[in-house]
Formats: sequence, C-alpha cells, structure tokens
Amino acid sequence: MAEELRIVLRNADKIDASNINDYIKAGGYTALEKARRMEPRAVIEEVKKANLRGRGGAGFNAGLKWSFVPPAETKYVVCNLDEGEPGTYKDRTIVQKDPQTLLEGMAICAHAIGSRQGYIYCRGEYPYLVEHLNNAIAQAKAAGVLGDFDIEVRMGGGAYVCGEETALIESIEGHRGEPRFKPPFPGVAGLWAQPTVVNNVETFANLPEIINKGADWFASIGAASYPGTKVLTLTGDVVNRIAIEVPTNTTIRQVIYEFGGGIRNGRKFKAVQIGGTSGGFIPESLLDTPIDFDSMRNIGATLGTGAVFVMDDTRDIVDIVTRIAKFFEHESCGKCNPCREGTFRCYEIMKKINRGAATARDIDNITVLARVMQKAALCGLGQAAPGPIMTTLQHFRHEYERKLLS
Amino acid sequence: MVTLTINGKQVQVPDGSTILQACRLHGIELPTLCYDPDLRLAGSCRMCIVEVKGRPLFLAACVAPAENGMVVETESPDIVQARKVILELLLARHGGKCLTCEKNGNCKLQDYCYQYGVSDTRYADGGRHHYPIDDPNPFIERDYNKCIMCTRCVRACEGITMARAINVKNRGHNAKIATAFDGNLADSPCVFCGQCIMVCPVGALTSKVSAGLGRAYEVEKVLTTCTYCGTGCTLELNVKDNRVVGVTSNRSADWSPVNRGALCVKGRFGWDFINSPERLPTPLIKENGEFREASWDEALDLVASRLQKIKEESGPDSMAVFTSARITNEENYLAQKFARAVLGTNNVDHCARL
Amino acid sequence: MTNSINELEKDAKAIFVIGSNTTENHPVIGMKIKKNVLENGAKLVVADPRRTDLADLADVYMQHRPGTDVALLNGMMNVIISEGLADQDFIAANTEGYEAMAEVVAKYTPEYVETITGVPAADIRRAARLYAEAGAAVICYAMGLTQHSTGTDNVKSVCNLAMLTGNIGRPGTGVDPLRGQNNVQGACDMGGLPNVLTAYQQVANDAARAKFEEAWNVSLPAKPGLTLTETINKAHHGEMKALVIIGENPMMSDPDLHHVEEALEKLDFLVVQDIFMSETAKYADVVLPGACFAEKDGTFSNTERRVQRVRKAVDPPGQARVDWQIICDLATRMGYPMSYSSAEDIFEEMRKLTPSYAGMTYARLEGKGLQWPCPAEDHPGTPFLHKDGKFSRGKGAFSAIEFIEPRELPDGEYPLILTTGRSLFHYHTGTMTRRCVALDEHVPAAEVEINPALAGQLGIEDGEMVRLSTRRGSLEVKAKVTDILAEDVVFMTFHFAETAVNWLTNADSLDPVAKIPEYKVCAARLDKI
Repeated sequence: MAEELRIVLRNADKIDASNINDYIKAGGYTALEKARRMEPRAVIEEVKKANLRGRGGAGFNAGLKWSFVPPAETKYVVCNLDEGEPGTYKDRTIVQKDPQTLLEGMAICAHAIGSRQGYIYCRGEYPYLVEHLNNAIAQAKAAGVLGDFDIEVRMGGGAYVCGEETALIESIEGHRGEPRFKPPFPGVAGLWAQPTVVNNVETFANLPEIINKGADWFASIGAASYPGTKVLTLTGDVVNRIAIEVPTNTTIRQVIYEFGGGIRNGRKFKAVQIGGTSGGFIPESLLDTPIDFDSMRNIGATLGTGAVFVMDDTRDIVDIVTRIAKFFEHESCGKCNPCREGTFRCYEIMKKINRGAATARDIDNITVLARVMQKAALCGLGQAAPGPIMTTLQHFRHEYERKLLS
Repeated sequence: MVTLTINGKQVQVPDGSTILQACRLHGIELPTLCYDPDLRLAGSCRMCIVEVKGRPLFLAACVAPAENGMVVETESPDIVQARKVILELLLARHGGKCLTCEKNGNCKLQDYCYQYGVSDTRYADGGRHHYPIDDPNPFIERDYNKCIMCTRCVRACEGITMARAINVKNRGHNAKIATAFDGNLADSPCVFCGQCIMVCPVGALTSKVSAGLGRAYEVEKVLTTCTYCGTGCTLELNVKDNRVVGVTSNRSADWSPVNRGALCVKGRFGWDFINSPERLPTPLIKENGEFREASWDEALDLVASRLQKIKEESGPDSMAVFTSARITNEENYLAQKFARAVLGTNNVDHCARL
Repeated sequence: MTNSINELEKDAKAIFVIGSNTTENHPVIGMKIKKNVLENGAKLVVADPRRTDLADLADVYMQHRPGTDVALLNGMMNVIISEGLADQDFIAANTEGYEAMAEVVAKYTPEYVETITGVPAADIRRAARLYAEAGAAVICYAMGLTQHSTGTDNVKSVCNLAMLTGNIGRPGTGVDPLRGQNNVQGACDMGGLPNVLTAYQQVANDAARAKFEEAWNVSLPAKPGLTLTETINKAHHGEMKALVIIGENPMMSDPDLHHVEEALEKLDFLVVQDIFMSETAKYADVVLPGACFAEKDGTFSNTERRVQRVRKAVDPPGQARVDWQIICDLATRMGYPMSYSSAEDIFEEMRKLTPSYAGMTYARLEGKGLQWPCPAEDHPGTPFLHKDGKFSRGKGAFSAIEFIEPRELPDGEYPLILTTGRSLFHYHTGTMTRRCVALDEHVPAAEVEINPALAGQLGIEDGEMVRLSTRRGSLEVKAKVTDILAEDVVFMTFHFAETAVNWLTNADSLDPVAKIPEYKVCAARLDKI
C-alpha cells in the first residue's frame, strides 16, 4: 500500500496555521536562518542540486531559474497563488494550513537572489486567503524573521490567464492580464522590468525542508528526474475527493485506487485527466505510468498542477471536451491570433460535433487548427488548450465518430 | 556578430538582432501584421512564425532573438500551413468587404491572403461581430468589424501620440479596441492625430475626410512640408486627377526627419481647404465698393501704376509690404526684395509677432 | 530654437515649458515631450496661467499670474544662485554681465516672487532645482512668453536662466522658442523684417547693403523700416498710403481690430494677395489670387532652423497663380524686371547673399533638409547652436532685468485678465481651418473659458452665452466653465471671425523693442446676458 509523504504539508493540521509561534515551535524559520548563514550562490546551488522542479506546471529547475537572475539594484520574488486550474486546490490548502512555510520559502529565495520585495499574487476567487496571508505576514514581520524582506499580497481579478507568469506580472503592474512574449524571461526583466523570480506556492513551500535536510535527501525521494513529492487534488468520479502529497514515483493507478479509493458507485474507470483543464486524457492502458513530469510527458499527458479528474464509464467524453473548449474560449485573453480565434473556433466545432451536426471534415479542421495552436500560440494557455481535444481524439476517437453525421 | 542559418543559407547579423531583423537584413521577407518597428513589440499576430531546429514551438521572428547556430526555416510546409490557418481565422473574423473598402489594394490582410492563396475560410460557422459603426467624430472612421486585433493603433496611441485614448476591451474572441467605457473618441483623451489610421494594416481605421475619394493605388503621393505650425512635419499629399484627396505620412527618418510619420489633426485632416469652393480663382478689382473679376493684366497694371504713383507722390516710405509666414522662403525673399528694390522702402514685415 | 526638436524626445533630462501650450499648438513636439517624460523619466516643469495638458503631466506646475514671467524666472535664478546650483565654470568661461544680473536677482526670493506671481515659493524652489540639476535641461517657450509688453525682457530672462546653469550648446539643452507658423522662421531668415536683409544682415550696415545693391543692381534704403504694428499705427494716422499684404490677415490677427479697420480704410491703396477672401481682403482695392502650399515648389524653414522642401502637388484653382510669379510680374511692370525660371532659381540667388543658407541646394535638401547655419556645400548643417558655449556676439551677455507689471491691469471696471491663444483644431486666423469641413465641424465656434468660481459668482452656466468686454469693445460668446484657469483670468481663441477676440485686445500695449502686442494680458469684464 502506497503512503503519503508530507514535505510541504508537513505541518498541516498539526499546528495552528494562524499562529507563527506554532510554526516556529515546529522548527519553522530554522531553514531561513541556515540559508542566511550561507552564501546566496550556495543556496542556489543547493536548490539546483536538489533538482526541485517548478510545481506550477512547467517543471523547470527552480535553482537553475534563480541562477539566471542578473545583478540589479531591485529584484522581486513573486509567488504565484493564482490557482485558476479547475479541480486544483493544492496551493489554497498549503496556504490555509501552513502559510509561514510559504513565507519562509519566499524569504529563502529572496536571500538567494538578493531581493528585498516579494509579492503574493492571490487568485481573485480566494478573497478569504488575503486576510489569512496578511495576518501571517504581519506576524512574521513582528517576529522579525523576515529581516529586510517585505511581502505584499496582490489580488487577481479572476482571469485564468493570470496564472501565466508574465500575465501575472502585467496584472501586478496594473495592466490588462495578458502574457508577454519571452524572452526576455521574468528572471531577467520581469516586474517593472526588473529581474523577477516567479514560483508557485508549492515550489516555495518545499524550500525550508530542502535547506534543512539537504539537497541529497530531497533528490533521493520519488522519481529521479523529478524528485520530491507532489500535492495532488482528486476530483470527479473517485471515492475519496481529497488532497494528498505523494512521492513522484507513485503511479496514476495508485493515486486513483489506493489513495482515491477507486471509482465511485462501483462504476468502471473510463479516463482520467491530470494537471488541469488543459491536461491530456489518459485511458486505462496507461494507468501504470508514474506521475512525475517526464513520465507523464512521455505518454502525451501532463503533470501540470496535479489536479486528478477521474471519469467513470458513464461519462460522455465529447461532451466533457466541449465544456473544456468553452472554458478556454472564455478564458483566452485575446492577445494572439491562434488562441483568440482558435479557442473560439475549437468550441464552435466541438459544439457542432457534440450536437451531432459535424462530419469527418470537421474533425480534420479541428485537428489542423489544434496543431497550429499548439505550436504557434503566444503562451501556454493557447498552446495547451487543444490538449484535451488531441488526446481524446487519440484515445477516444470512437466517441467522436459515433456522433458524426454519416 | 551572430551566425545562424536561414533557409539553408548561413548568415551573419549584429548582436541583439531578432530573427525578423536577421531575415530582412538578408532579403528574406516574412509576413507581419502586428509588428511595427516604431512601436512597443507585441509578438501577437503570429504571422512571422518560423521553425527553429530543436525547438518544439514555432518562434515569432519579430520578438525572438537570433542566436548563434540557430537553424531557421521561414517557409517550411508546417509554417505555411500555420500561416494559412491564421489567415483563415482572421478572415473569419474580418468579413472581407473589400469591394467597398477604402483600404482595398493597400491592406496587409489582403496581401497575405493573396501570397498564401487563402480565398476562403474553414472557420466561419458564425461568430462574426456586428459592431455598430457610429462614432460621430468627423475625422476617424472606426469599423471594428474589420479589425484583426493587431493592437498597432493602441500602441501608436500610447507610444507615439502618448494619448492613451484606446486599449483592448473584453477577452478572447470578444476582445475589441475601445476607449474607456467603449464610448466615442470625442469623449476620450483622443486628439484625433490619426496615428491609428497610419498604422492600421487593414480597413478598420480610415479617414472620413478622404472617404470615397480614391484608393491608394489611384493616388500619387507628393512629399511636402505641412502648412500649419512651425514644427515642420513632413506629409504626403495624396493626389488624384489633379486634386488633393488626402494626407498620409512617411515614417522614414530619412524622409520625414522631424515627425517620422506622426502628424496632428490639422496636418492629417486639415487639407480640404485646398479644394474649397471659396478659393479665389481670378483677380478682383473693387469698384464702387464692390469687387468685380478682372484679368491678370488689368489687375497687375492697376497695382503697378497705383504703387508707382504713390511712390512718386508720397515717397517710398509711405508704402509697406506685409509678407507672410505662410509663403515659401523663395517668395519671402522676393517679397522683401520687392519692397526694398522696387518700392524702395524697408517697410516690410510679417506676422512673426502675432 | 537653439537646439533640435528630436532632442526633446531623448536627450533632454529636464524640460521647462513656459508660455507654450505645446500639445495644442505644436502637437507633434508635444508628443515628443510627453514621450520623454513618460518613457524616459525626463523631468517636466510647466509655467502657464492655464493648466495645459503638459501641466497635468508635470513634476512641477506653476500657475503664475499672466505677465509675471520675469519675476518667476528671477525667482528661479535666485534659488539657483543662493543654493549654489549655478554653473560657475560656464559663467566664467562664456558669459559676461553676471554680477549685475545676480545683483538684481538677489531680491527676487521665492517668498517675494510668490507675492507677485501667486506661485508657492516651494514650487519655485522645486522647479529651479529640477531645471538646474538635470544635467541637460531645455527651455521651451512660445507666444505665452513673448506676447507681452515685456516680451523682450521675458526672452532675455530665459536666456539668463539657460546661461546661469550652462544649459546651452549641448544636446538636450538650449533655449527653444516654438515658432507658431510653418514658415515664420523662413520669413525672418529671408529678410521679411524691417531692419534686416536675409540672414539678419542689418539694412543699416553699409557693407551688407552694398552686397545686395550689387547683386540686385539697385540702391537700397539704409533706414530701418516699420514693423507691422507700427505700419498699422502709421496708417491710422493717415501717413501710410499704400499697403501690399501677402497671405496675412491683420483684420483677424492684429490687436484692436477697430484700430486696424480704421487704419486700412485710411489707406489710399490696399492690395491683398491671398487664397481666400479673408477678412482683410474685403478691405482691398485689388485682390490677387495666390497659391497654397500644395500648389507650388519651394522651401519652408521650421522652428529648429531646418530648411525643407515644399513640392507642388496640384495646380492652383482657376487663374490663381503661384505667389512668386505674381511678385515678379508686379516688379517687372514697375520697371524692375524680375525673371526666374523656378523656385530653385530664386533659391540659388538667395543663398549667394545669405551666409547661413549658402551651403544649401535643392539637391542637398532632398530627404532630411538642412539646419542653418550651413555656410558651405560641404557643411552638414547645425543641429544645435552655441557649441562649447560660443555665442555669435562672443560672450553670452546676462541681462539684469527687473519685473515690470503688464500695461493694462485689471481694475474695478474691468476686473479680469483676458488672455488669448489657439485651439488644437484651428490655426491662426482660421482662413484655412475654418474651411476644412471636419475641423470646423468638430470645433465650430469660439468659447470663453472661465473658472467655475467666477462662473458661480456671475451665475453663468457652462455653455451659456455671455458678454465679454474690454475698453475696446465687447462681444457675445459661449462660456466654457473650466478649472484650468485662475479665478480672475479668462481665455479665448482668436480663430473665429464671428467672434474675433481681437476686437477686444489692446493695440497700445507693445513691447518697446520687438513691438509685439500684449495679447496675453488685457483688462476685461464678463457679464451675464
């Protein structure tokens, strides 16, 4: 039987999350102290060596990302708490249950890159987290643990695209939430054109334990190429709709059947979508794949944010994908042509297929369009939006064909 | 210098060049809709995408730095297909009323559809916008049904005119260029300079003053200097059948050294006085308090003889010439020469003080 | 301008705009200033009785009482000297008269200047520091500075300020008058002035005159002539017999139009050469139809001394003729044959007599034009003057200037200050822009701008017709209530013949040197109708 391994959620439900003293008693802020005794370079090297890869979905080595930050007068640390992926609530869980570990992680990063100002960009639908975080920041400041590092919480307006780091930066700056082209990457020119590290909540929350226990310890956990744990949130037709933290070599099957308790109401499994709305649909035959970033990519799927959306055999795949297409049509910011017009036309064609009015030609048209979007769109939203269409056409094509006009 | 391979040819370009700059430096043209060298880069139309060996995604050449060792393909089958799909998507939005469009023959969407053989779109079941064309300002026609969302107007307004009158409103397919609260330009910080018209690649923004007077291919453009304030902006008079039908501007610093294409409302829209029916076509002589038409000979003989007589009777300093800040240097030179050498007086001045 | 327009966009680190509503009157220059401020962080100081668009963007905005420019500028210099911000090296090496100037400026403390101008002393200090400490600071001014009975003093004061801080002779520095008309610079350069021939060669200078006499094969008068305003005054006295007016409209543009009208009516003979039946042409004995800029070849010289080509695009209407041909014909008929094959032919004669234009040819003017001085055909032109602090007279001369009140101040009967200017959408006397359909549709009529408090006192609503009066007369005009003006100042544009504000302005109040009328200050009253 697989077991949870809690690193980022190590204090969850064990301490009073609204009281910094509980956190400190549990060993909080010793990692920051330790980091501050280290050369910033050494902290970056340690994180790089731990091979901590971004938990927001892109999976980039955090230490490597930090190492690109050039010398500058002003640098920023930004925490991405714009948790907009449907079915994902891991960041909210971490912040609710242990906000200080996030703050400590951000402060470690700030020391490593030489920043004095941090921002937490909080999802518009999480207004209740703002007060909780401000309280945590106030306590940390009062306790003096943050030193000269200051953190401000900024609220998003509810746009999904603002989870994309450059759109998030635009939003903090007070502009329309639209992604920027890259390069320059935020690490070189981000917030107000200054070097900026943007990491996900879960990424920051891993840092205290990495510093305290060392890179080797972390690198030995889970899958070698994507070590550590991943917080997963289980939704859909699964018995246990819960958040879990598991080593990254755990398989999808273990997640669904051992942690999730299997399919609800004794139904049969049909598909699972992992990583959020843009995640690929995974059929039964691939369930023994480990959840780590690279293994998932090898099967044409994604780990993404770690959302696990399970579908039983009663579910209509085409109908679900149509709804997903609607989501992206709604959430496209409208900046680049392939995404703005492409998401609209994908939804248009999916609706046509779903209502039984399409022909094989429409499948061709959407396939051509999807390929262009995947390679030509400006940001991850447009590039990933056709993923569910493409993976379901691959694994569940018969469900489409059943709905076509003959 | 950066060395890279474009379409099989090894080329060198200065450090800091984008792939687009590298291509253009070496005579390889790429289609662009949102790119404008004078404006903040957007990288959003994705027409200039190229394939780079080893990169999973297409790169927008206008914003992608050229790097050593890059192997770039600008017209590979996948790229051509992607451009065709993008053009089809834009056509589905745009509507294509080329027959009555002011920009017919001078439209980048049209040019690229021609280049890539795109005459129709697979993606037009519905969803075409039907925005009203009802901004009552007398200068700028705003037909957002033709807009392809390149945002050059927004970036010109913010980066050349610095007016920030317009921006993108709404998201996704419903994104639209608008003033704050999507009102009329007159209720915004718009100063009606028409820089937005200058940069619009399609027929979404056009001059109401020039509407219906001629297409770009019918007019001859005569480069000249503006007749209004002292800034000395260069502009192009658009001439059709010996008649000025509009003003455009030249954006090259080599030909438009002061304004580099930027104009104000008077320069861009204040040209139709040239064709005013009130222009004076003949000399006039006043008789009994009324003007009557006269021939040049009669009028000039009258003026010459009267001035000659006054000069003889009252002396040169009883006469004066007001020359003009409106006429050319050559004419001013002659006007003062006329006062000094012909009338014999230094009583010559103009409105420098007014 | 001592410097070039595009330096305002990139080189200037601080820009001091005084008496220029740049975004309306020189819109493209206004765009460049805004770009420098918004994108490069250049500092902006604006002094203007009206809170213009640029004022809204300024780091320091000083709303001084109209006509108190000398006091304001002396106040800034007082701060610069007392805080040790003057460029002593520049002053020592390149100027003279510093002590006398400093002595006068000493009493213009910011606190004292506040009592004259109404500008808080703290703002004067901040403005002075921003200008003096920028490293490269430029002064832009326009008619708001010059159209005063102390216009010459005002201009000398901005020159003082620039020399005091060494802000001259480098990119991004300088004293930049923004000239209001397309070829007003050229008209001056070409000797369209009563005291100078081309390139400011004095008519009283025997050698200069001799050169022209030889070239023109005629003897020339040595006595400087009359300025435009003096000419009108002389005509009013009945001493001027004939006037030839080319493309000018004094019946709209001159102060006190009753005075102008009486003067024109007293002339024995008035010839007007124009493209429209202007307000002035109506008084003419003969009207000669000329050509507009689109109908001829030639050159214009812009405010940065750049000589650029004008090219013929279309023929003049009907029998209308290009203006230089009319002048030639007239001269020839008066016994002085003038014959040129083209505008270029005239230019060639002119440049041989005009040192600052000597190196220019039409071929060289293609494209970018050339900025004078351009003394030789291998000279690249001059983007900025006074390089290395070298002035044409040798050392730059400071002037010690005391503040003098405007000529006609408000009193019990006329308690307000009337100041005039232009709108973005019209040009000068409206001869052209009033005949542009779109411009005239957009802004069809004049308005008098009044402060809300004044409107409240008089019970005037926005858009209501009011009577505006001065000692010269009165007119009825629509009121526009706006807080961009101080309570006792009203503003009106002069473009509209139906409500020509120059019926009200003051022809008696001229600058003693430049003879420029004081359009920016006269006493007025406003009445509800």
